[in-house]
Amino acid sequence: MSFEKLKSALATLAEQGIDALLIVDTEHAVTGTDLEVTVLPESVTAAGRILDQATFTLEAITGIDWLTQGRIEIVYDYTCFESGKRVTVRTFVGREQPQLPTLSGVYPGADWHERETHDFFGVIFNGHPDLTPLLLPEDADFHPLRKDFTG
Amino acid sequence: MPHDLFREIARLVLYVVGLVAFGAFNAAYLSLLERKESAWFQRRRGPVEVGPFGLLQPVADGLKLLSKQLLVPRGADVLLFKLAPVAVITPAIMCLVVIPFSETIGARDFSLGLLMIYSFGAINVLATLLAGWASNNKYSSISAARVVAQNIAYEIPLLLIILALVMDTHTFNLREIVELQSGGFWQWNIFQISTSPLMPVAFLIYVICMLAETNRAPFDIVEAESELIAGAFTEYAGMSFGLFFIAEYVNVVVGSCIGTILFLGGWQCPFGLLPGLHWFLVKLYLFCFVVIWVRWTFPRTQFYGLLNLSWKILIPLSLIHLVVTAILVKLF
Amino acid sequence: MTIEGTTIHRETFVINLGPQHPATHGVLRIKLTMDGEYIVDAEPVIGYGHRMHEKMGENRSYTKFLPNTGRIDYACALSNGHAYVCAVERLAGILVPERAEFLRVITTELNRIASHLLWAGAFLVDLGGFTPLLYTFDDREAILDLLESVTGARLTFCYFRFGGVCNDIDEDFIEGTRRFIARMRSRMPMYHSLITHNVIFRGRCEGIGEIPAETCRRYGATGPVLRGSGVSYDVRKAEPYSAYPLFDFDVPVYHGGDCMARYLVRLDEIVESMRIIEQAIARLPEGPVMAEKVPRTLKPAEGRCYFNLESARGNFGVRLVSDGSDTAYRLKLRSPSFSNFSLFRECSRGSLLPDALALLGSLDLVIPEIDR
Repeated sequence: MSFEKLKSALATLAEQGIDALLIVDTEHAVTGTDLEVTVLPESVTAAGRILDQATFTLEAITGIDWLTQGRIEIVYDYTCFESGKRVTVRTFVGREQPQLPTLSGVYPGADWHERETHDFFGVIFNGHPDLTPLLLPEDADFHPLRKDFTG
Repeated sequence: MPHDLFREIARLVLYVVGLVAFGAFNAAYLSLLERKESAWFQRRRGPVEVGPFGLLQPVADGLKLLSKQLLVPRGADVLLFKLAPVAVITPAIMCLVVIPFSETIGARDFSLGLLMIYSFGAINVLATLLAGWASNNKYSSISAARVVAQNIAYEIPLLLIILALVMDTHTFNLREIVELQSGGFWQWNIFQISTSPLMPVAFLIYVICMLAETNRAPFDIVEAESELIAGAFTEYAGMSFGLFFIAEYVNVVVGSCIGTILFLGGWQCPFGLLPGLHWFLVKLYLFCFVVIWVRWTFPRTQFYGLLNLSWKILIPLSLIHLVVTAILVKLF
Repeated sequence: MTIEGTTIHRETFVINLGPQHPATHGVLRIKLTMDGEYIVDAEPVIGYGHRMHEKMGENRSYTKFLPNTGRIDYACALSNGHAYVCAVERLAGILVPERAEFLRVITTELNRIASHLLWAGAFLVDLGGFTPLLYTFDDREAILDLLESVTGARLTFCYFRFGGVCNDIDEDFIEGTRRFIARMRSRMPMYHSLITHNVIFRGRCEGIGEIPAETCRRYGATGPVLRGSGVSYDVRKAEPYSAYPLFDFDVPVYHGGDCMARYLVRLDEIVESMRIIEQAIARLPEGPVMAEKVPRTLKPAEGRCYFNLESARGNFGVRLVSDGSDTAYRLKLRSPSFSNFSLFRECSRGSLLPDALALLGSLDLVIPEIDR
């Protein structure tokens, strides 16, 4: 799949909204990615499937806690080994009940990344086979990277 | 009569003490030799603190082991757990009884000496199995299972080689086997091509089987350090571990003695001049040096590779050697 | 190798590999469900070395976090520092002088060689051959001495600063590096004849632990794991950074996908790193080693960026979100060993325990990097 086709496929999933970054070509040297897409939480798996068909690999899943805006941002970074292109998929979930579908059915590597994001932010990935703490102790019930964490 | 009885008892006591001392002394100083030798191969210097050149290191090690508490893990079979170290060291020292160190030195001139050595050698397997089973530890159980498979597989080519040799020498008596090799190194069994053209190959098979029977690297999967911690001996502490340790080295010494006697002429001089104990000891320790050298050079074999080597390569080769020897003995 | 046709009730037992174990490099625990000698399931349990570097990144200023980078992956500490420093420089728009870029490349490549030598020795110890460890450590000593003379540390380096490096090198360093490269080149044939051509080593590594390229892609595995499976992806070539575009070097790729392929990739990478260092020393420009006018308390502009580079283990990434203050708003560290290790569970299913350990060793994991 060429990059242009990929871009148009992802554009169908991009979130429509006033303040959302829809689908943006970014300069690689400045931001580190070639394409940024903002999607609704439900479309995360569909975006992953498109990128999987385009032979991208999932590199990292990052959580960012925007305390003042009341939401948590989840950033998925994808790379293509053949072309060296990078695509970033972003989505926002509320801080109170952060939930979104899991990507581990498409990319098995997402399994551990999602467990780590759950550890640090408390984000629930629906459909994940085993969302137990990965890096924190088994009985941990706190989420350290949240901005209101004081412990 | 009483005078002879008295002399016989004195001789027995002397030999018992002497052999146990020889076994223990060898185990202690072979461990030092191993540490020094491995150090020189690895660009280090080995123990140098205790005594000149680290010569008192085994004494320090022995004291350390003696001073540790003998632990029995919870759930272990206490009788078997305590029996295993004894069962390992006793056959090893018993084998030393029939070995002729020179024409005059030898505890017992036993007509079935060779057979006795391999009978006792088989008890080693049983003892390791006991140790692994009685420890109530999963790693030890895996190790015990491995030792049975490995030792059974490697006993077979070993016994076939011995059988072929006995066909030629017509005797199990170790002293007579050495006496048949007198007169110079071309008389040594390893070079007896007329007996069987595969004789040097037989020697090589003997060395490999000896390494496997004594669980030395590259056949040390039984106690593979990086996989099973210490294998069957994980739960042993203090002197019970020390006994396993000593038994391993005494087994190496016994295996090297037999290799020297069967293939390298025992106490015979290479040029037939001055046979004696000194030649036996030189050959024995050269053999031990090579055994230690091999350990520190090669990585560990894969378990199925090890069994494949025995069943698919060594056993057919030793069978061929047996048949060839039989034919040549019959014809000539 | 399974027995079909009969319905023998097979009992499986659970055995723990670690957290204290001679074969796991660091504090790692794997719950093995074994059927005799075969592994039915291998579930890794990580987090024993978790120190929450990402939270520390949010609590400390950018400069104060610099020593942390050396502790994430201690075997290739300069790469981690390089990634962090470049991410911040990208956000803050700081340009690094040429001499500093060359010094960064030289020291990072020396660190890569040291890391691969450490791995090679430790891998052999896993397989039971103890001696090559001492030989590789002997060679590594020369590198550590060189790097100590310049950075002041032997293992956890903190040499890079925002805008350059903190120390310049002198003639002794250049002479020492040249001598080291000459000596290392003469030692490579010895390593190949001692290890690579050893029949027991080949039996333990050839055909063992095969990882298909598609598995690497689905798990995000990078570095020698990926290049040993036939995919030619190296961040230094795909997204050139620092002074790498100026140098001529190859990316070793092997198609076996087994432990032997990964081993050969790393050994060839040592040779390629030496080529890069030689070219860098030959063309080292004069000039300052630190950019001018870099503020003491760095406050990059508000924004976000992502920076990747090729560390000894694979693709190390830093995702940085800044809110304009002197501490990062979010600092995400993407460690290669984390992704490389996540494929262990799938790839070790059905293999023998020693084979799984050979696979684990060949992945070149540094557990503190996984745990952060």
